[in-house]
Amino acid sequence: MTLGLINANPVVHAKKERVARNEDLHCDDAVDPLEIYDILNLILFFFSDIRDPEHPYSLEQLSVLSEESITVDDKLGRILITFTPTIQHCSMATIIGLCLRVKLQECFPPHYKVDIKVFPGSHADEEAVNKQLNDKERVAAALENPNLRQLVDECLYSNEL
Amino acid sequence: MDFYDGNMELKEIQTLEGHTDRVWSLAWNPATGTSDIPPVLASCSGDKTVRIWEQTPSNRLWHCKAVLEETHTRTVRSCAWSPSGKLLATGSFDATTAIWENIGGDFECVATLEGHENEVKSVSWNASGSLLATCSRDKTVWIWEVMPGNEFECVSVLQGHTQDVKMVKWHPTMDVLFSCSYDNTVKVWAEDGTGDWHCVQTLGESNNGHSSTVWALSFNAEGDRMVTCSDDLTIKIWETDVGRMELGDDHAPWNHLCTLSGYHDRTIFSVHWSREGIIASGAADDGLRFFVESKDGLVDGPLYKLLLKREKAHNMDINSVQWGPGETRQLASTSDDGTIKIWELASLT
Repeated sequence: MTLGLINANPVVHAKKERVARNEDLHCDDAVDPLEIYDILNLILFFFSDIRDPEHPYSLEQLSVLSEESITVDDKLGRILITFTPTIQHCSMATIIGLCLRVKLQECFPPHYKVDIKVFPGSHADEEAVNKQLNDKERVAAALENPNLRQLVDECLYSNEL
Repeated sequence: MDFYDGNMELKEIQTLEGHTDRVWSLAWNPATGTSDIPPVLASCSGDKTVRIWEQTPSNRLWHCKAVLEETHTRTVRSCAWSPSGKLLATGSFDATTAIWENIGGDFECVATLEGHENEVKSVSWNASGSLLATCSRDKTVWIWEVMPGNEFECVSVLQGHTQDVKMVKWHPTMDVLFSCSYDNTVKVWAEDGTGDWHCVQTLGESNNGHSSTVWALSFNAEGDRMVTCSDDLTIKIWETDVGRMELGDDHAPWNHLCTLSGYHDRTIFSVHWSREGIIASGAADDGLRFFVESKDGLVDGPLYKLLLKREKAHNMDINSVQWGPGETRQLASTSDDGTIKIWELASLT
């Protein structure tokens, strides 16, 4: 799947300094002991490693995600992520959404329900993108597609040494 | 046993473990579950296998009889037994449909149906077992004729849906096919007598239809009512003219009867209507709900009410609910938690 650079000049923001947390997150217990703010910091710490497929900067540096983007309901076990694709017609919105979902699966116990949406007004096909990102069957099939899976893995792990 | 009194309880009979990924769907073998033959069911999973389960008569416990593996190369999404119980069709994300036969105790893949461009989402046999329908993300519905020697011939490719088709289901008494889709509609397909199939009705938002993906549909035993469920968090009941239907008019239109909302707060993936008239629903809120027709004698006509609910029936999303065959009110549900649960609806007294 070849992609031309759609957004050649993104606006880059300074990366906030953040205290690194214990990386052993994937536990079977509820995340009750952690304060919501700490959870947000944990997510952002990991998300700071996700690369936008088109650029070497992380999603946080491109203002795709920030602390305001994440809502966690510990009691119900639900997470809502709202992200801003870098430009209005970004065709990578679905790939970014997939990457977020895969990363979140690593961070939270499996029974957590995750909804991922584009920030209202930030995409020309907002409804269509949101529908696809949250159709569990479509997500499962996409991740079984070797080409898409490879792309997601590259986005998530390309900076690992 | 009058369930209109509401004195019912849902008993959890057993949890079937074995699949190593989410369980998408299940099908009870219709030729089992009688006094002589213990019930058998098939389940299919993201682990790319199909498991056959049987209940041991002596201790009433379920065990796994067979694992059908190394055939599908991706998630197996749907399974359906032929009416005779002799064949099992399985639809997969690998874009194929496999046909299995129990030969001397072993299940063998006797045919592979190819043609869909991408993931097969659902499979359904007609009442006589002469036709099989499949549907896919490629937006089409295929009708296959069952020929001698386990040969299958595609007799029609139905185009009309504008998006991913999630489920197909034949009417219980007539050779009329129903499909539901990511395009938010339900379509009705019939044959015109010369072998040509076409869409005779579309149930969309203008007919009081759903406002998001329709995931499943089911018919009552008589075949004059249908229930649908959706990502829009509602369950809708539809009906057709019984008189016209009994005369074999497969073009008799379907009309919206009522909408049930507020019972699930996440996508409703499955609904199934029991022979006795109890509608079971399973959703991404991990809950099961049961509905029956209300006999409150309201002037406005028949409505449906909640009979019973079970929150947290599973730890994760429920993908499929199916009532069992036979006389007992047995129900099975499948989940993202990798398990199948067997339930029984019983009177409280």
